[in-house]
Amino acid sequence: MTFIQRIGEYSLMLGGAFSRPDKLKVFWKRCVDEVMNLGVNSMGIVFIISIFMGMVITIQTASNIDSELIPKYTVGFTARQTIVLEFSPTIISLILAGIVGSRISSELGSMRVTEQIDALEIMGVNSKNYLVLPKILGFMFILPFIIIYSMVLGLFGGWVVGMASGIISSADYIYGLQYWFEPFSIFYALIKTVLFAFIIASVSSYYGYYVKGGSLEVGKASTKAVIWSSIAILFVNYLVTQLLLID
Amino acid sequence: MIEIRNIYKSFNEVSILKDVSFKFDTGKTNLVIGQSGSGKSVLTKCIVGLHDVDDGQVLYDGRDMQSMSNRKRKTIFKEIGMLFQGSALFDSMTVEENVIFPLSMFSNMTKDEMRDRANFCLKRVEIFDKNNLYPSETSGGMQKRIAIARAIALNPRYLFCDEPNSGLDPKTAIVIDNLIQDITKEYNMTTVVITHDMNSVLEIGENIMFLYEGENYWQGDRKSIVSTDSKEVNDFVYASKFMQDFKKRMV
Repeated sequence: MTFIQRIGEYSLMLGGAFSRPDKLKVFWKRCVDEVMNLGVNSMGIVFIISIFMGMVITIQTASNIDSELIPKYTVGFTARQTIVLEFSPTIISLILAGIVGSRISSELGSMRVTEQIDALEIMGVNSKNYLVLPKILGFMFILPFIIIYSMVLGLFGGWVVGMASGIISSADYIYGLQYWFEPFSIFYALIKTVLFAFIIASVSSYYGYYVKGGSLEVGKASTKAVIWSSIAILFVNYLVTQLLLID
Repeated sequence: MIEIRNIYKSFNEVSILKDVSFKFDTGKTNLVIGQSGSGKSVLTKCIVGLHDVDDGQVLYDGRDMQSMSNRKRKTIFKEIGMLFQGSALFDSMTVEENVIFPLSMFSNMTKDEMRDRANFCLKRVEIFDKNNLYPSETSGGMQKRIAIARAIALNPRYLFCDEPNSGLDPKTAIVIDNLIQDITKEYNMTTVVITHDMNSVLEIGENIMFLYEGENYWQGDRKSIVSTDSKEVNDFVYASKFMQDFKKRMV
């Protein structure tokens, strides 16, 4: 299948998914379930990664500042810019593309090979709408919260390591966090996040939904879902940065 | 009644079904039999609308499914119950939730009414006290029965069973066969069973179509199939050496 055909198939899947749900009450419950499955269950790993990356960013920045002319609060400022603009929205999204993406793809792929999707279709249920749309909407809703949570944890991790190792005082770090703060950077990060959530959920759903064959193909589909989600995230990240940050 | 007329279907220019016509009678267990690769599963998917046919008609009590819009097709889908080869139970739902699922999507019942209906269907297939188990916690035979309960939850007019006995021991297989036949009579459904299990053919085969290389090669019932002169049918029915010797002795 060519790339163009895949794009066409992906568009058709989205067309089928974005339609009126068979039953709103059931659809709403599915969305809430997906928020829990895809979002809340990822909180643990995001916690660990964010705290440690915040620590490392702070140590790296501090250890690379040799000049006495550069103020100490630069460490806090750099940590904030790195975490808010790129680490939390982009790197955490890339990590979640691996975790959530493979989960979505293997779940739908397993449903396909065990004929559960056929069973839905024969019952008269729009399987794309029932299975795919709640994942997309649920993840687009919860990912911004996860990213804000990651930002807070990353900055907190930096503060903890700064205090513990004595490389920067609490006052300098906090001053650095507040220094030249533009609220637009949070808006920019969240815009990216919503787009990344859409990419992760929809691309992974596509690879899972159209699996043909058996368990081996389900595994291959999960791998492809992660690869293509990651590529799309990197491309969209570049595009959005170009559009929103360059005048 | 379901009638198929002159069905043709091919994939990548390989012809799978060639001019297949047949009438599946109401209140009978209609069997589609044939060797692996003869086109049974493709025919079933064409009948239920999972595949579009290249040519021909599929008539559900006179309603031509092929010429219908997707919205109208949905009305027929709601009248269909299907038992899949691997049961196709939703593994994220409990036994009770599986049976309630079609009711929650397509009925206006209250929660209690849905639960009552699900319990009635589960009891009908002799599943007791398993409501809160997940499908993976039940045996293969139970999964088939739960799938039947789910299939009949909405009182369907048409029931499709794709190899209902695959993976089951002969005794459980006959229990499932008899259950399908009993339910067919009880609800006066048009039941289509896809199988290559000769026990099923002899147990419940009231109206049989033998598919051979994508064609309706022979049709009859369980009595006529054992005495037919057709070489291809005999090769299928008496496939084993033991059965061939048995037939010689009978003759």
